[in-house]
Amino acid sequence: MTRQKRSHHRLKRAVAPYLYLSPSLLIIGLLMLLPMVTVIGYSFQNSAVLRRDPSFAGLKHYQAIFADPVFWASLWHTLYFTCMSVVFHMTIGMVFALMLNSDRINPTLRNILRVLYILPWLFTAVIIAVIWRLLLEPNGVVNSVLMQMGIIGSKVEWFSSPATALHAVTFANIWAGYPLFMVSLLAGLQGIPRDFYEAADIDGAKAYQKLIFITIPQLMPIIISISLLDFIWTMQVFPLIWITTGGGPIYSTEVLSTYTYKLAFSSYNLSQASASAVVILLISLGLTLLYIRCQKAR
Amino acid sequence: MMFRIQPAMLKIVAAAWLLGATGAMADTTLEFTQWWEPELPAGSLRAIMNDFEAANPGIKVTLVSGPYATTRDQISVGAATGTLSDVVGLDGAWVNNLNAQNALADMNPMMDASGFDKTQVADIIKVDGKAVMFPVASFVYPVFVNMDLAAQAGVTKLPSTRAEFLEAAKKMTHADKNQYGWVLPLSLQTPSGVQNDLMSWVWASGQSMMADGKPALEGKPVVDMLTFVKSLNDAGVISPGIATKTEQEKVEEFVNDRVGMMIDSLAHVNLIRERNPKLNFDLIPVPVVENYNGKRGLPYASWGIGISAASKHQEEAWKLVQYLMSEKVNAKLVSLANAFPGNVNAKPDFVTSDKAFAKAFEIYKTGYLANEFTGLPVAEDLMTKFDVEAQKMLAGEQSPEQAAANAQKGWMAKF
Repeated sequence: MTRQKRSHHRLKRAVAPYLYLSPSLLIIGLLMLLPMVTVIGYSFQNSAVLRRDPSFAGLKHYQAIFADPVFWASLWHTLYFTCMSVVFHMTIGMVFALMLNSDRINPTLRNILRVLYILPWLFTAVIIAVIWRLLLEPNGVVNSVLMQMGIIGSKVEWFSSPATALHAVTFANIWAGYPLFMVSLLAGLQGIPRDFYEAADIDGAKAYQKLIFITIPQLMPIIISISLLDFIWTMQVFPLIWITTGGGPIYSTEVLSTYTYKLAFSSYNLSQASASAVVILLISLGLTLLYIRCQKAR
Repeated sequence: MMFRIQPAMLKIVAAAWLLGATGAMADTTLEFTQWWEPELPAGSLRAIMNDFEAANPGIKVTLVSGPYATTRDQISVGAATGTLSDVVGLDGAWVNNLNAQNALADMNPMMDASGFDKTQVADIIKVDGKAVMFPVASFVYPVFVNMDLAAQAGVTKLPSTRAEFLEAAKKMTHADKNQYGWVLPLSLQTPSGVQNDLMSWVWASGQSMMADGKPALEGKPVVDMLTFVKSLNDAGVISPGIATKTEQEKVEEFVNDRVGMMIDSLAHVNLIRERNPKLNFDLIPVPVVENYNGKRGLPYASWGIGISAASKHQEEAWKLVQYLMSEKVNAKLVSLANAFPGNVNAKPDFVTSDKAFAKAFEIYKTGYLANEFTGLPVAEDLMTKFDVEAQKMLAGEQSPEQAAANAQKGWMAKF
């Protein structure tokens, strides 16, 4: 083989992987990178999208949203909504997974519970929003039951009162999202070798000690991965909040996604909406990097 | 092998090409974007377009139809990119923004050149002196009264003033039976309740929320309206869940005998009848302040029409606008839509055949159309800002005066 042929062959070998990757890279570039870069570009323009000749705005739109108290309220609501959702998704998911994995429950009952517990996962966000709006409306079932039980004295406007609205939407989201944890943890539980528990039994370990020293450490990689993914997804929840409260009453359930939507489609301020979207992107990016680091560590 | 073209064949191809080319040049195709087609009986708008095409040989119309929200977004983007359709369906709330983008043509020169009779149209929406929109069909918002609930409550005379309305609402309210006198939807998801259910009280009494083209929310009319609404809320006559209630839920509560009175679009009459055929209801104008005897402003939403400034076929587009605004065609269109006409001489057929519509038409004729959000910048954003302040007031966080002052501050930033 001549030197020229060898170098040609080497070049082909070096290029081949990129050629195989090129369709995916092209799709990622067109569907993800291009819109992202475009939105970042809009955030530095005046009258983005609305004018054919937008001028450069520098950091003006970022300054405007950081000076807006509603933005900070939205950020706080987003953090509350997300943290509470992830913590309760994890807790409820763990309890239900342990229940479904337990030999002490009758297998038929276990199968029925398995179907019942997974039900919220089958509904779309719109259906979940409508269900909870009907249940929690002032004349709804929840108020009626709570009044009959003597827990509340008068009708509570769960979604319409600034004091309860954020808790109510968070509750609806917790109900909708725990099955992801439950299913993942159940799979993890079924993968823990029984030898560990038998050894613990021989050592006289109690149930809570087995949970703390065997089950949770064994499930930790799943807990961390799913928690981070859930945090990223929950932070971007839009339809549930939009349909139940629209961000109200009085901004009490305004989160970053509804704040951005209103800037774009109510105020038609697409430049500021882009700046807000970039902030969400940066937070999500930080969490994604954390997730990748955790995955690498595993 | 050589491929030989027969001279006769060549001639035929050339003739066909010439015919096609001249045909293509003769036909102008207008694009007409609107949200009306899905809201009208299937095929009816297309049939009107077919009639137009028959009356105007050489002009074809392509309908670009979609739901309201999609059409709004499509028009915003089209205006920005210079790809707006030749003729566009418009909501009054959009025209200020579109005009700021120089997206709408001024129809004044077209009216002058064609000798268009301006007195035949109910309204011409102008921004900066430019005639940018005609309301083709108007959906008015009277007060719907559940006559059975009114009779049970002993309301024999339907309210004409705000004080009478409060009394009637009090009588119709039985919270223990989930029955309330009035319903107020102030969801931030669709803040149109500010326009239809709050400001309508101001316009009904011939008052205004504006002064010299600027917001005047701290003025007596708006503060009085907020004080009145607060008094209704304090009296417990408004159905609970105000801050998240949507227009759809408002109608549902009325249909299900849970509220005695609501301000709503006449377009919902058929829907109400379908949902509850036994419901006995009547229509009245929005009550006014004490001792007001002038003409009553009637809140309305409209299907407007305008021409794109970027259209290369403005002459043909104007022909289509004229056609839709003409007496007979307008009457036909609004009869299909259960709306009131944009041409003052047009008489829709439902006003003679239907008692409720006949009553509404009477209210319409004795009053005037009023919607001050038409032509305002970012109208929906203004409604959202007012909505938040009204919600704070109803939650007891501020007085009507403070709500008006805060809303004024928010609005001024947009002007």
